[in-house]
Amino acid sequence: MATRGFSSGRKPPTDTGARLPPGQYLEQGFPVLSAGPTPHVRTEDWSFTLKHGPRPIKKWNWAEFNALPLTKMTRDIHCVTAWTKFDTAWQGVLVDDILADAGIEPPTAFTLALGFDGYSTNVPTKDLTGGKAMVALLYEGKPITLDHGGPARLLVPHLYFWKSAKWLNGLQFTERDEPGFWELRGYHIYGDPWREQRYTNDP
Amino acid sequence: MSDAPAAQSPWQIVTITRIQKRTPRVTSFFLQPSRPFAYRAGQHVDVRLTAPDGYQARRSYSIASAPETGETIELAIEKLEDGEVSPFFHEIAAVGDEFELRGPLGGHFVWSDGDGGPLLLAGGGSGVVPLMSMVRHRAMRGSLVAAALVVSARVWDEVIFRDELIDLAERRDGFDLVLTLTREPARRPADYARRVDAAMMVQAMTRLPAPPKLAFVCGSNAFVTAAAEALIDAGVPAALIRTERYGV
Repeated sequence: MATRGFSSGRKPPTDTGARLPPGQYLEQGFPVLSAGPTPHVRTEDWSFTLKHGPRPIKKWNWAEFNALPLTKMTRDIHCVTAWTKFDTAWQGVLVDDILADAGIEPPTAFTLALGFDGYSTNVPTKDLTGGKAMVALLYEGKPITLDHGGPARLLVPHLYFWKSAKWLNGLQFTERDEPGFWELRGYHIYGDPWREQRYTNDP
Repeated sequence: MSDAPAAQSPWQIVTITRIQKRTPRVTSFFLQPSRPFAYRAGQHVDVRLTAPDGYQARRSYSIASAPETGETIELAIEKLEDGEVSPFFHEIAAVGDEFELRGPLGGHFVWSDGDGGPLLLAGGGSGVVPLMSMVRHRAMRGSLVAAALVVSARVWDEVIFRDELIDLAERRDGFDLVLTLTREPARRPADYARRVDAAMMVQAMTRLPAPPKLAFVCGSNAFVTAAAEALIDAGVPAALIRTERYGV
């Protein structure tokens, strides 16, 4: 149904439109969203733990983690609040390289990303491996600011951006697909922007 | 096996039944849903507008009314000069117009009187909207939960729901209101004329009978950052503070 008096004055050009998932608009800025206060995570207190269920597999401090191979990823990102930002440039450690450093193959098909603030979000393990995701340490060549999730955040750019957990402090392999913070509060269990999987009951 | 219900679009048509200017930049739109719409105080909706060529624009807006208000939903929409959807509401939308709405949405920035308190609420600009839903819900339920609301606005005439909030505070039923203006002198005794800070939050908490059990902070990213830091500095544990940011 057309809305009386609403015109498509902001309709993006075709080449832009093809990069915009359904229901998204192009944002030039970088909006900040979070469910609670911004935690002041200092690199000297920072650590990252890989876990299988409750059992730690390997833990890195900031210096150890920064010694892992760094990879560049430039991707479009899509927030469930409907903004999309093109060509965001990140550098960080691929999840593949974290697993290689720990000397393991993924033990389960599901993963929870965990944050210093108590946040969690679930991602199928196959969406984190194969070069698809990283623990980002730099944005546009500079340390990630606190309000954007620094010192380190997950980057899973092919899913809605709430999956790219801020203030990351670990990845936990789980036997089942366990809903995380927003997934327990009405948001989609998988969150594919191209299928517009925003809320729990979206197909 | 019984027949499954027919798949239903999560979108529904709503009709504008009333329009009320709240401040120079904020107008309330009262909407009649076409399907039953049950929500909790603090939740938001998605709005979708469709152009004749099929182009759609979608934005999220918080609900200002309380669940007890009845069938009508109130959205208080601020006009953003460079916006795409809010200028439509401010310049074109009229009573009787229909558009698509989805919701209610959000399961974190919500409060019901059964959740208890005391409550510390802080809203910057139109960030007061979801908090207004909580305050109205509390009043309509006759709740005795103590609540203090800190509202920051640039000037007196930009305090959304100002007169209603002052009336509610004058009931002295456990709800208290603190106004702070960033570009004008304070108008009421014990109000402020500066940006939110820890001293202001400490003072706001003295109006509660006990430390807050929950704090809700909503507004721009700059406001939420400042207000949440102020609450933490005033001794409120970070885990009790729920935030909602416009993004910018």
